[in-house]
Amino acid sequence: MRKILLLSISLFSMAYSGYAQQDDLMKMLDNEPENKKMEPVTSTFKATRIINSSSVENLAHGVLDFRILHRFGRISDGLDNSFGFDNATTRIGLDYGVTKWLMIGLGHNTLQKINDGFVKVRLKQQYQHGFPITVSYFAGMGIVGDKAPTLPAGQEYFYSHRLSYAHQLLLARKFSNRLSLQLMPTIVHQNLVDSAKSSNTTIALGAGGRLKVSKRIAITAEYYYRINNTDMPHFGAKTYNSLSLGADIETGGHVFQLFFCNSLGITERSFITQTTDTWEKGQLHFGFNISRVFTVVKPKEFKGGDKKEW
Amino acid sequence: MKKIVLTVAMVSLGTTALFAQKYMTRTARVTFNATAEGSPEKIEAINNEAANIMDAKTGDVVFQMPIKSFKFERALMQEHFNENYMESDKYPKAEFKGAITNMSAIDLTKEGTYETKVAGKLTIHGVTNEVTVPGAVQVKGGNVMLKAKFVVKLADYKVAVPGVVADKVAKEAKITIESSLTQK
Repeated sequence: MRKILLLSISLFSMAYSGYAQQDDLMKMLDNEPENKKMEPVTSTFKATRIINSSSVENLAHGVLDFRILHRFGRISDGLDNSFGFDNATTRIGLDYGVTKWLMIGLGHNTLQKINDGFVKVRLKQQYQHGFPITVSYFAGMGIVGDKAPTLPAGQEYFYSHRLSYAHQLLLARKFSNRLSLQLMPTIVHQNLVDSAKSSNTTIALGAGGRLKVSKRIAITAEYYYRINNTDMPHFGAKTYNSLSLGADIETGGHVFQLFFCNSLGITERSFITQTTDTWEKGQLHFGFNISRVFTVVKPKEFKGGDKKEW
Repeated sequence: MKKIVLTVAMVSLGTTALFAQKYMTRTARVTFNATAEGSPEKIEAINNEAANIMDAKTGDVVFQMPIKSFKFERALMQEHFNENYMESDKYPKAEFKGAITNMSAIDLTKEGTYETKVAGKLTIHGVTNEVTVPGAVQVKGGNVMLKAKFVVKLADYKVAVPGVVADKVAKEAKITIESSLTQK
């Protein structure tokens, strides 16, 4: 009797072992300690810019990005300026991923003939079940290339007056696959400001975000609240806080960013401190960012004569 | 009675020893190529982080690999692959659970290449399909290498290719697997 029982148990377990054993093997792969490493959170934003601001996204190591950032003139100008088509400004620039955490960029703006450059460093990465946010530091510098403006008598226009600096901490969190938000404490320092009553240093808090409405389309928004210098004029005109609303549209190989904003300038100094238009009067600018990336340094898997069988 | 206990003990010990004949790696190489004919860009990637166990007794074979470990030549393509096509946050792994169909004909102690078929369940992008793929077991210098080449239809795994990239991304991906196993 015992023998029969034993036999039937062993037979049963043999018959059972097929799929169950494959599951056990799969569990062995799961349980290995190196399999439990925390995963970094990727693709917080679709592009290296939210709209005007830099996002916490960096270019991958060895990737060169040719960017055309374009802002049309005021739509509210109407037919006289072809609804803004005639007064456009453009920034053409090259960005490069030096390492996976360091990105640099250079650009030229048609507005005030500004040449600018920036460095973006990722300090902390958001992890699933780990550190909750991604932290990057952005530092940019701009040099105005326009002819010297008319200054009050007795005042000289030094070369240093052309310079401005921007420092930002980018604090971003991808809350879900759809929603990412970014806070941007910002300092803009200008060596020359429009009014003696204004401070050379503007402190602002920016906020931006994206909400994916489908796999390939996201709604984006960005706003800067100036903490001081809110009444600083720009060439005598009243200035406003910058607000932008737009969409990221991905078409397979590229991300097109289309948006409306009240800022015409593209560098941090221009859009944070020198926005002279306002949404309230419908003084909106239509803009787009387009980019084309080139792989300069191939990833190690693709270096050398990797044998390809297909 | 003592005899029975002894037999049971011996049998179970014997089975344990047999079941311990497992071969394993965590660095199997999986490549895919989904380049459409005439496409100016190559849609291909390499994953060197696939994990694989083979049971030499039963011929059971399982694979598991993180989708995010696929490396593309172009970083943007890699991002789109994860974000839009494979939805890697939702479906982080691809898995295969199956068995070598003619394990009894394969002698792992004898050098040589054995043609074989592997049948089982392949899970990609959260979709599981029964597949049978041709492959080879190569025994050389005490090492066991599993190799396979096959084609998967993207539609079978609900991987959607939008019309604008249809001239670049093929409807099928050619897959190669090379897994060099060591006894565990």
